Amino acid sequence: MSIVLEKINFIYSEETAYQIQALKDVNLTIEDGQFIGIIGHTGSGKSTLIQHFNGLMKATSGTIYFNGQNIYEEGYHLRDLRSKVGLVFQYPEHQLFETTILEDVAFGPKNQGLSKEEALQRATEALKSVGMPEELYNQSPFDLSGGQKRRVAIAGVLAMQPEVLILDEPTAGLDPAGRDEILDLVARMHRERGITVILVSHSMEDVAKYVQRIIVMNQGSVMYDGTPKDVFHHYKELETVGLAAPQVTYLMHELKERGLLVDTDATTVAEARASLMEALTGVHSARKDFHVC
Amino acid sequence: MLRDITLGQYYPADSVIHKLDPRVKLFATLIYIVSLFCFKGVAALAVATVFLFGVIKTSKVPFKFMVKGLKAIMILMIITALFNLFLTPGEPIFSFWVLKITKEGVSSAALMAIRLTYLILGTSIMTLTTTPNQLTDGLEKAMAPLAKIGIPVHAIAMMMSIALRFIPILVEETDKIMKAQMARGADFESGNLVKKVKSMIPLLVPLFVSAFRRADDLAMAMEARCYNGGSGRTKMKPLKYEKRDRGAYVLVSGYLVLILLCRTFLPWPM
Repeated sequence: MSIVLEKINFIYSEETAYQIQALKDVNLTIEDGQFIGIIGHTGSGKSTLIQHFNGLMKATSGTIYFNGQNIYEEGYHLRDLRSKVGLVFQYPEHQLFETTILEDVAFGPKNQGLSKEEALQRATEALKSVGMPEELYNQSPFDLSGGQKRRVAIAGVLAMQPEVLILDEPTAGLDPAGRDEILDLVARMHRERGITVILVSHSMEDVAKYVQRIIVMNQGSVMYDGTPKDVFHHYKELETVGLAAPQVTYLMHELKERGLLVDTDATTVAEARASLMEALTGVHSARKDFHVC
Repeated sequence: MLRDITLGQYYPADSVIHKLDPRVKLFATLIYIVSLFCFKGVAALAVATVFLFGVIKTSKVPFKFMVKGLKAIMILMIITALFNLFLTPGEPIFSFWVLKITKEGVSSAALMAIRLTYLILGTSIMTLTTTPNQLTDGLEKAMAPLAKIGIPVHAIAMMMSIALRFIPILVEETDKIMKAQMARGADFESGNLVKKVKSMIPLLVPLFVSAFRRADDLAMAMEARCYNGGSGRTKMKPLKYEKRDRGAYVLVSGYLVLILLCRTFLPWPM
């Protein structure tokens, strides 16, 4: 049970003046149950890459296997693949169209061939899991606030109960509270349902805090692929391609340079705090009341 | 998929034709169309051919691109040619059942096919070497005298350029929404007509919502920058005739004179 990409190439507008190679020989294996972050600057091929995972875009060359089956094989049901690999696009609230929230979320399950009752049942579950209050279910999705709309749109994909959930910049344009809400929701899905989650993001902090594995895209190819610690270890190289490590990584490096024995591999605030406490209590054992947050 | 559709299909290249003032290109295209429908004789055809291919060569647009435009009107051309071939009265050279081909028919079919081909090639040079915005700029300037008789030339030009500007954006938006709905299992291809029309709802509703949102945003952004219509508005790149534009006018006028001379003195054989 996995997604395997072999030598995927994708070229936009082939053989015209506007030809762009968006993906170059991408080889990847997405194991089941992983929480993966994909980072890369604008135009690095992230969005193109994730649209290959569920067959919305067809590679110019190369093969993709989902659970061992070649998805480009003749007779392969791409619609089945799409219901197993759920993809939440950037600004997903722009896809809402139904008269009520419940109906909109039930659109996916209905397309999967479920009966109306089952579809509504699934929709209710999905809306509950994204924390939408029940009294809003019969309202028009266009009356909601931005953050609520986004949660409804994500519920629209969750209701299909995918095995793999891909989110393209799910926090773009949200305030910090909305951002944490969405990311916590995604993390909970991963924890409780054990589904594979792929998170495309610009925010190194978000990625470092939640994911187990980071794939860095640059100019259509995979630049780094590893744990957050491994990847952010190359923070100098990341800067050369317009990316950066989390703020705390910089802080830790700076502190170490100035002589404090801290762990420079810390990528989240919590890790940094622990390492700092250790270093500080080691150095100034007399000042136990020193507060670091 | 939808990304491949381009309107006006501007082909960027660095050529004299690209740099010409859009008004010159509009005028030249007009003259060229007129010349196609009034020429007579092989000599005039030769002049038109040399002129056309000379311009294609200088424009640095690959010939392959021009031919693409021809494919679209292939059917129209075949039908026109067939009608001309079979329905022109005159001296018969071949007849079968009720169909008969005349000498006049053959020549008028050939002439029609050539005219249509040249027409498409000639006009596509203009659209391939001029961005839609330049074109509307040129139209606005060329039509400016009409403003005196109460025609809102500036407003029309502005609407045209906004509409043109938004076509690729809306195409992209359609593509995006389509993909988002396909990711939720929507099916836009199979089923009968009723089902197909119904399957468009998840596409059209969000598309209209976003079109209105964009229109609102644009109106707001224009007002925020004090846009209040055409009068007194200056341009960042005002159209100005340069030496090469004047040269082009002379060349095009010379071409028309030559065609008319051929028509008068060498009308053989048509």
